[in-house]
Amino acid sequence: MVVMSDILVQGVQMLLVLLLAPLLTGFVRKMKARLVRRQGASIFQPYRDLLRLLRKEVVLADNASWLFRVTPYVTFAAIWVAAALVPTFATGLLFNWTADLIAIVALLGSARFFLALAGMDVGTSFGGIGSSREVMIAALAEPAMLLFVFCIALVAGSTQLSTVANFMASSYVGLRVSLGMAMIALIMVALAENARIPVDNPATHLELTMVHEAMVLEYSGRHLAMIEFGAFLKLLLYISLIACVFLPWKIAVFGTGPSSYAIGAVAYLVKLAAAGFFLALFETATAKMRVFRIPQFLGAALMLGLLGTLLLFVSKSF
Amino acid sequence: MHSLDFDISHMLAGGLVLISFMMLYQDRLYSLLNVFALHALVLALSVAWQAFVQDAPHLYVTAAIALVFKAIVIPVALHRIVKQLGIHRDIESAVGIGPTMLAGMGLVALSMVLMLRVTPEADPLAREDLAFALSVVLLGLLVMVTRRNAVSQVVGFMSLENGLVLAATGAKGMPLVVEISVAFSILIAFIVIGIFLFRIRERFDSVDVSALDDYRGERR
Repeated sequence: MVVMSDILVQGVQMLLVLLLAPLLTGFVRKMKARLVRRQGASIFQPYRDLLRLLRKEVVLADNASWLFRVTPYVTFAAIWVAAALVPTFATGLLFNWTADLIAIVALLGSARFFLALAGMDVGTSFGGIGSSREVMIAALAEPAMLLFVFCIALVAGSTQLSTVANFMASSYVGLRVSLGMAMIALIMVALAENARIPVDNPATHLELTMVHEAMVLEYSGRHLAMIEFGAFLKLLLYISLIACVFLPWKIAVFGTGPSSYAIGAVAYLVKLAAAGFFLALFETATAKMRVFRIPQFLGAALMLGLLGTLLLFVSKSF
Repeated sequence: MHSLDFDISHMLAGGLVLISFMMLYQDRLYSLLNVFALHALVLALSVAWQAFVQDAPHLYVTAAIALVFKAIVIPVALHRIVKQLGIHRDIESAVGIGPTMLAGMGLVALSMVLMLRVTPEADPLAREDLAFALSVVLLGLLVMVTRRNAVSQVVGFMSLENGLVLAATGAKGMPLVVEISVAFSILIAFIVIGIFLFRIRERFDSVDVSALDDYRGERR
């Protein structure tokens, strides 16, 4: 019976991220449009886009290999697993012993690896330039992300997300400058990884600046739908990660019954909406930076992570 | 183990180190001056918090001096100097931003290692303040070393002095007379430096100190 309810809650979590991801992206787009006084598409538009793409025929290049065809599914699966592991409304779920931060970083890394390979597979110049830029960003974002992981692991004494979230929700944490730095570093990495505005603008097709779009230019039909869905999920994943590590208020602890799960779910929705709103606000307020500035931007994130880790040794030293 | 007193002073002192890094990162003169004003503001907050925690009212005077002179008077004066000198606003740095940041990280790690080894017996608050203060001082020196422009070297010098004040307040306060005399000597130093800036500009038509090398007959 207990096992059944465990499986049920974990299943709800997996479905929840799947259902909410397009809604979140739609919400951010709507907010961006409203902030610049446009009407904007409905917040359910991403669902319609996905359905439309799923109905369309796939056009493949003649020299596309099997790698090109499996990549959308591999990427989507890896990102979905990673997103389902991050605690959203409750900690201590069935598969939470696998929800290790390093494992999540590795899952996202392998998704990106396949996408970069597929970008070069057909042999067009756009795919190549997109892949090379994506890998450049990843090579800088990943160390920053790992330093954030180290910083959190030193504070909470674990890299397991449930334990981290429970620790952060407790009163042992206090006010620490390292955590603030780690949070800013994580937000910068999240902006870079999700191709948001100061790093990349997925709404344009300008060859001077496009990164992610150039890489997936050759995809169509259901393959493109899978890749787009993966991108939506990735945004949700990073926001949930920020929410569960730094704002774990009202998150349900394992085995406390359905009512606290419901409260946790409502709190999670509120956090998502707030994060989406602030993302939209930030994106309308800043300009896209040049590609050659990105290493400096991510270098700052790396520096913040490293500094946060260093400062921890001072606060822990007595 | 973690009291709120300690956490807040830790946050302010850590913020000071972070702002020193922001100073290293800037490549425009005006934004460098603004960051410097922020540095002094956080220093004033930190000193005021120390005054509250240690129950030492004379430290409030130190905080007020830091706020008035360093956060308002000197940045405004530097803004005017930059405008009068008419120098172009980019900062030429001797070393690129990336290596400079790495060197800064190394200096912070060095000061942590040193201070934590040297002072295992001391009060944790003072110990933590000393470690941060040493890193602020070293980062100020790094700003002075890596910049060619004389105005940004002045800013580095002033931020170095902020680190000294942080160290002094962490060590259970210091006598008010010493404090005031230090503040005035900084002001005098600032005036002297200001006069020097104009003299250098008159002589060489720029405030790039590498011009001095040629004057001394040194060739690169």
